[in-house]
Amino acid sequence: MPVVTKPDVPAVKDNRERFLERAMSRHHYSGDALIEVLHTAQELYGFLTPALLKTIARKLRLPPSRVLGVATFYHFFSLEPKGEHSMIVCTGTACYVAGAQGLMRVLEHRCAKAGSTSPDGKMSVQAARCIGSCGLAPAVIYDGKILPRLTPDQLNAELDRIGVK
Amino acid sequence: MSVRTLEIDGKAVTGVAGQSIFSVAWDNGIHIPRLCHVGGVSDVGACRLCMVEVEGQRKLVAACMTPVEEGMVIRTNTEQLLAHRRLIVELLFAERNHICAVCVVNGACELQDLAASLGIDHVRLRYRFPTLSVDTSHERFGLDHNRCVLCSRCIRVCDEVEGAHTWDFSGRGVNSLLISDLGEAWGESESCTSCGKCVQVCPTGALFAKGKMVSEMRKDRRFLKYIVTAREKHEWVR
Repeated sequence: MPVVTKPDVPAVKDNRERFLERAMSRHHYSGDALIEVLHTAQELYGFLTPALLKTIARKLRLPPSRVLGVATFYHFFSLEPKGEHSMIVCTGTACYVAGAQGLMRVLEHRCAKAGSTSPDGKMSVQAARCIGSCGLAPAVIYDGKILPRLTPDQLNAELDRIGVK
Repeated sequence: MSVRTLEIDGKAVTGVAGQSIFSVAWDNGIHIPRLCHVGGVSDVGACRLCMVEVEGQRKLVAACMTPVEEGMVIRTNTEQLLAHRRLIVELLFAERNHICAVCVVNGACELQDLAASLGIDHVRLRYRFPTLSVDTSHERFGLDHNRCVLCSRCIRVCDEVEGAHTWDFSGRGVNSLLISDLGEAWGESESCTSCGKCVQVCPTGALFAKGKMVSEMRKDRRFLKYIVTAREKHEWVR
């Protein structure tokens, strides 16, 4: 029999399953609490795997197709792992006029299309309608920090600094 | 059971409180066009083809979702309504890849019949030509997303009559897609009982029986009335 070596187990105990269970029991395993439970799962795991959705469907006694339907309906839920870093390009009117499309093209070329993650898992790109900082147009939010009045060249330099190929 | 009297297209009709405009009209020989309604399952008002004018109301109402009321005056066939219906059908054609010439239900398709009855000989909108897949993993049936009009009949019949709830929609808006279970291939779905109800209620050739050639498939929905009558009234009538 071949020897099966176990993958490295992290030293820290994974409590996420317990937290998710607690969230479901708080709602008495009611199917009506699907969105709240998906929220908790997304916060705990970062994204929703088919196995996770299956568990939730079984515990809340819901059809799996409805669970996936809800998870794909809302943009908040992600079925793919998030990248190491994230860039949210504002595509509101002011940013659009100031050249957000040019920034989007750079990111599309070097990382990924809006709403997806680059193949190397380095960067998640998203588009936002308006972030309410029209004075800083065109703006990009990089890991929660705002990059104001960005030009494509500056964005390229920033991507070089982060280490995006 | 209280009775409501009203007028549809100038004809005095009666219905029962709670009955929809659509079903009262249908009972009286006035056939309002529809794609999402199918007798025996609940209504959702998804296709908007059954929109009618109600005198005294500014907005159009979906006949399948609006209960009849005493003294209503309803028109189902005005020029404005016909124009709206034409546009809706054209939008459906432009949204996906409906190619009648290679479709299994050519000649017996509700979308095709509707277009013909509305006199649609061309589409004024630009086609989207989306790239969509065909799922033939099921042993007996197939699903062609190109022909789906997102009416949700299959979802409702699977949920309400069969009780399996294999189908549902994923995504939203123009990206909506019919999915089975957790998005796996239909043939690998654990919940599907292969009963074929969804295939029979599908108004187009999106859900079809395998082994049928172009124009060969005919759908039969009488089973639905039979099952629903049997379940609700305990009468097994054909």
